Amino acid sequence: MRRNGGLGFIYLSLLVALLLTVMPMPQQVKLFRPDWALLVVLYWTMALPGRVNILTAFVLGFLTDVLIGTVLGVNALAFSVVAFIVAVNHLKIRNFSVIQQALLMGLFLALYHLLLFWLSHFLTGVYFLPAYLWPVLTGMLVWPWLFWLLRRYRRQFKIQ
Amino acid sequence: MNAIFSRGPLLGLRLLLAVLCSVGLMVVDRYTERSTQLRSFLTSAVSPLFYVASLPETLLSGATEQFMSHQRLLDENARLKETLLRQNGQLQLLGYLQQENSKLRALLGSAPLTNGQRLVAEVLAVYSHPFSHQVVLNKGKNDGVTEHQPLIDESGVVGQIVSVGPTSSRALLISDNTHALSVRAERTGIRTVAEGLGQWDLLRVIHLPQSADIRVGDRLLTSGLDGLFPEGYPVAEVSRVQQDESQPFMTVYAKPYAQLDRIRHVLLLWPGTRLDDVLNAEEPK
Repeated sequence: MRRNGGLGFIYLSLLVALLLTVMPMPQQVKLFRPDWALLVVLYWTMALPGRVNILTAFVLGFLTDVLIGTVLGVNALAFSVVAFIVAVNHLKIRNFSVIQQALLMGLFLALYHLLLFWLSHFLTGVYFLPAYLWPVLTGMLVWPWLFWLLRRYRRQFKIQ
Repeated sequence: MNAIFSRGPLLGLRLLLAVLCSVGLMVVDRYTERSTQLRSFLTSAVSPLFYVASLPETLLSGATEQFMSHQRLLDENARLKETLLRQNGQLQLLGYLQQENSKLRALLGSAPLTNGQRLVAEVLAVYSHPFSHQVVLNKGKNDGVTEHQPLIDESGVVGQIVSVGPTSSRALLISDNTHALSVRAERTGIRTVAEGLGQWDLLRVIHLPQSADIRVGDRLLTSGLDGLFPEGYPVAEVSRVQQDESQPFMTVYAKPYAQLDRIRHVLLLWPGTRLDDVLNAEEPK
């Protein structure tokens, strides 16, 4: 009965994703930084929806809020909504090819960024710039690699 | 684990809970007074993450310094010495001018200019999310940092502290779209407000009537009227002025002097301490 087997490994990968989110980088690169935390949460939600779902997404989103200084709860809400969609449809998404998954992730990321923008616009009155959507594209590009890496990681440590 | 099939409504319930919690958090954070304390607590809780995250960069810049050639180090040293000499020269004059200025102000019966204690802090992380321009500094409550403390760098005003942990603190930059500060045009003395737009190199100068005398190239200094930023520090240079008679106000944009996207070190100011105290305190060094 390995019910708790590998939970630590999941948290470790989530921690690394959070570190990547706040790692200092040159300004030009930062604009293109993929949303690591969200992508990793989505992977785990898709692979193990019984272990990682909305609660984890909410906590990660909250931590992201704290780390990057957006209004508390904005990322938490957007993470939860996207994770909900993935958790409900995880069986379908698993059956897609990696390229199709990447396109789908692009859609989810776009939804995430739009949610983030709407909430922030409502709360603090930000203005929209098309450049805010760059992470959607970079997120789609890194998804196949991330997927492959995390799947190896999951199999290596027999996380289930 | 396969029970997920029967979890449809449960997931919906969880989502509902998560949404409610998030909305609660947003309301607490945005519309109540307690959010500053909450943020300070959270900042201190996550500060180890920032130290770990900036580790690779620290190591990398350490390695770069290690492998810098001897000649380049010598050059840099010479250049720094020259800068120091030049600035010391200017400081001598400044000391004299400050003395003269406070005497004149005393004669006029106006309050003496304050020039507080200061502290250099290093930037641990710049978080550049378009909706939040904040930096994390490596100085906190243990170093005497308090909330709403102004922050400058070598070229101008940078921002203010918004939350403080024991060893780190978080500052809001003037370019954040929730930040605004009171400024004065140096040439004409006209007072106005410069607010951030969420862009690194742009501030908007608001509530200027069509008849206001302002041009491209005007320097905007802090006015000291917000009771937060001490008077006279450079903030931004007017970069664009648009006059449209159909609008009640002019559209004026300004470019901050501080290089907000690449700050590494900042100076924390303690306004309100008297100039004499500072001079006396600095004497023994």
